[in-house]
Amino acid sequence: MTSPFEYAPAPESRSIVDIKPSYGLFIDGEFVDGHGKAFKTISPATEEVLAEVAEASEADVAKAVKAARKAYDKVWGPMPGRERAKYLYRIARIIQERGRELAVLESLDNGKPIKESRDVDIPTVAAHFFYYAGWADKLEHSGFGSTPLGVAGQVIPWNFPLLMLAWKIAPALACGNTVVLKPAETTPLTALLFAEICQQADLPAGVVNIVTGAGETGRALVSHPDVDKVAFTGSTDVGRAIAKAVAGSDKKVTLELGGKAANIVFDDAPIDQAVEGIVNGIFFNQGHVCCAGSRLLVQESVAEEVLDRLKRRMSTLRVGDPLDKNTDVGAINSAEQLARIRELSDIGEQEGAGRWSPACDLPSNGFWFPPTLFTGVTQAHRIAREEIFGPVLSVLTFRTPSEAVEKANNTPYGLSAGVWTDKGSRILHMANQLRAGVVWANTFNKFDPTSPFGGYKESGYGREGGRHGLEAYLR
Amino acid sequence: MTRLDVRKTYKLYIGGAFPRSESGHSYVVNDSKGAFVANASLASRKDARDAVTAARKAFGGWSGRTAYNRAQILYRVAEIMEDRRPQFVQAVVQSEGLSASKAERVVDEAIDRLVWYAGWADKITQVVGGANPVAGPFFNLSTPEPTGVVAVLAPQASSLLGLVSVVAPAIVTGNTVVVVSSYERPLPAVTFSEVLATSDVPGGVVNILTGSAATIGPWLAGHMDVNALDLTGIAGQTALATDLEVAAADNLKRVRRAPAAEPDWTLDPGTGAMTAFLETKTVWHPIGV
Repeated sequence: MTSPFEYAPAPESRSIVDIKPSYGLFIDGEFVDGHGKAFKTISPATEEVLAEVAEASEADVAKAVKAARKAYDKVWGPMPGRERAKYLYRIARIIQERGRELAVLESLDNGKPIKESRDVDIPTVAAHFFYYAGWADKLEHSGFGSTPLGVAGQVIPWNFPLLMLAWKIAPALACGNTVVLKPAETTPLTALLFAEICQQADLPAGVVNIVTGAGETGRALVSHPDVDKVAFTGSTDVGRAIAKAVAGSDKKVTLELGGKAANIVFDDAPIDQAVEGIVNGIFFNQGHVCCAGSRLLVQESVAEEVLDRLKRRMSTLRVGDPLDKNTDVGAINSAEQLARIRELSDIGEQEGAGRWSPACDLPSNGFWFPPTLFTGVTQAHRIAREEIFGPVLSVLTFRTPSEAVEKANNTPYGLSAGVWTDKGSRILHMANQLRAGVVWANTFNKFDPTSPFGGYKESGYGREGGRHGLEAYLR
Repeated sequence: MTRLDVRKTYKLYIGGAFPRSESGHSYVVNDSKGAFVANASLASRKDARDAVTAARKAFGGWSGRTAYNRAQILYRVAEIMEDRRPQFVQAVVQSEGLSASKAERVVDEAIDRLVWYAGWADKITQVVGGANPVAGPFFNLSTPEPTGVVAVLAPQASSLLGLVSVVAPAIVTGNTVVVVSSYERPLPAVTFSEVLATSDVPGGVVNILTGSAATIGPWLAGHMDVNALDLTGIAGQTALATDLEVAAADNLKRVRRAPAAEPDWTLDPGTGAMTAFLETKTVWHPIGV
């Protein structure tokens, strides 16, 4: 099918961002050299090297924790909540002011479409700081007391780099903790720009420390004895390792891990809206979303119609340059992740599922994967059980609501779920029965700073966002 | 001639029934002065697994009951305990070596604690849940739900009040539990299970194993169909607690860590024992015409 629409390129200018050739670690209010092996961060859309970034050694991590402890004892802990609040409001404002710069940098380093970083990620980051700023002087009303924990060690993933930073740092600081945060090794740049924002805001030295690096740096951070709180978002395997590493300690832990969400479409659902929701559920952010609706459960009587319309819609998705304002699906974040998506998709074919992608021209450089769906998927297939973390949808069918519940819950994960139906009582029934931390009914992938997010079962524990999100940072 | 008394056989409580240990093993339970009282069942790995199966089977029904109904049932447990108050006083005297008057206070506190928790069944949702004012046209509501099957290592010293203080908060919100009783003082737990069996508590909601937390604990901590682990009963046993927390990480169980020393059970318990085994579910729906 040829598209009736032709789009001229509409790239967002990258001149708004000044990327330095190399970055150090942000410790005690200053950029300092790291003592590990510096690494390069690239644009996944072109494989162009964007900058060289320091790797924090164990000693660097210890230095950052020490700076955070000092800032906690001397400055941030004793500071009245209303003063802490004003720093956070100030940071929220600077994020708004420098929003476009952050959005372009995020799309460059991560590969996500500019319309997502510009319209979703960065506005939500500012909103998150704005929301938690207001809690800083109201903690006695939170229901969790008002005593901070101390130093928080936070490790975040590459799929929403700055947004995950905001989810971690905003509540921690509001509650009076200081932080050492490690961004993902493939997406460190917006965290380093955030460090500059902290300087612009005159945030006291040591309150926020950013240590870049990979797994070793993360391990050093979460197992440091002077860290009181560990917050991690990422894979379930690493989450398990962290839970084991902190066993027997007094460290408070929250883990936001993987998912394999069911997106359930009943025969009375408004089909076009549901198709938009399915597309948003799995192709938003290239499917690099822990709560992605990666298992479509569609009622048998409408399966054919839903699939026809879904394929037609997928054919109109524009895959390509993340900085192009018309792009719907950007680049896969790394060669490693692309290899995993390819491997699991090949396994899907080998196990007998039917693979389909729309015709689309993928750029020759960079890491790309076309929007893909698999039909004839059974619950035993690996593509129905394992998190792919890419733009790959597995389609299963069901006949009765109870079958839908059983299939939806048949997973060790429990992060999110979607329900599409016109019938209110059925929505509430399904919402009750689904074992998932977030249930989107007739919508999908909505996030808000006031709304708690987090999983059941092996999707981790603890909540981020809302009043509930304060519990992780208070004693 | 004096009449020979009829002794009770102390058995496990699994799925609403009272089996002996599948292993055929038992162990000697003495009173606080060291005199023989009974041979209690020594729960095995198979018993623990059977108890988890029973707890899982009971979870859907129990968590699906109305909060009002769970409140009534917990209150009923308190009623039956009050009815058997002298028996529990005697059991506590025998197990813990307390004076009769102190044991009476302990039993009263245990009964009152059940009444207190019963009242929480239909209040905790409003206290910890609520509406979220999201920046968009959406109805957005967070409510607590039970975590699932909780393995509970019950306190070693406080054989009744401590037991009630870890079991009631887990089940009142809709969880089902597998409890390992105090090793040296298991008999009040067995008598408590006889109360549960006659108090409209559905079989499988509470399963009680008598035996060693150090032996049974690892099997429960590593069981992939257990969702959470309460280590209160191994207070101060740092090495064991660490091992169990490591094993629990395999399926990311929620862990209530072991305290340094057994808590003073007469203090106000707060809501922490309930919220440790609750999940927050948030539901979104668009608002429009």
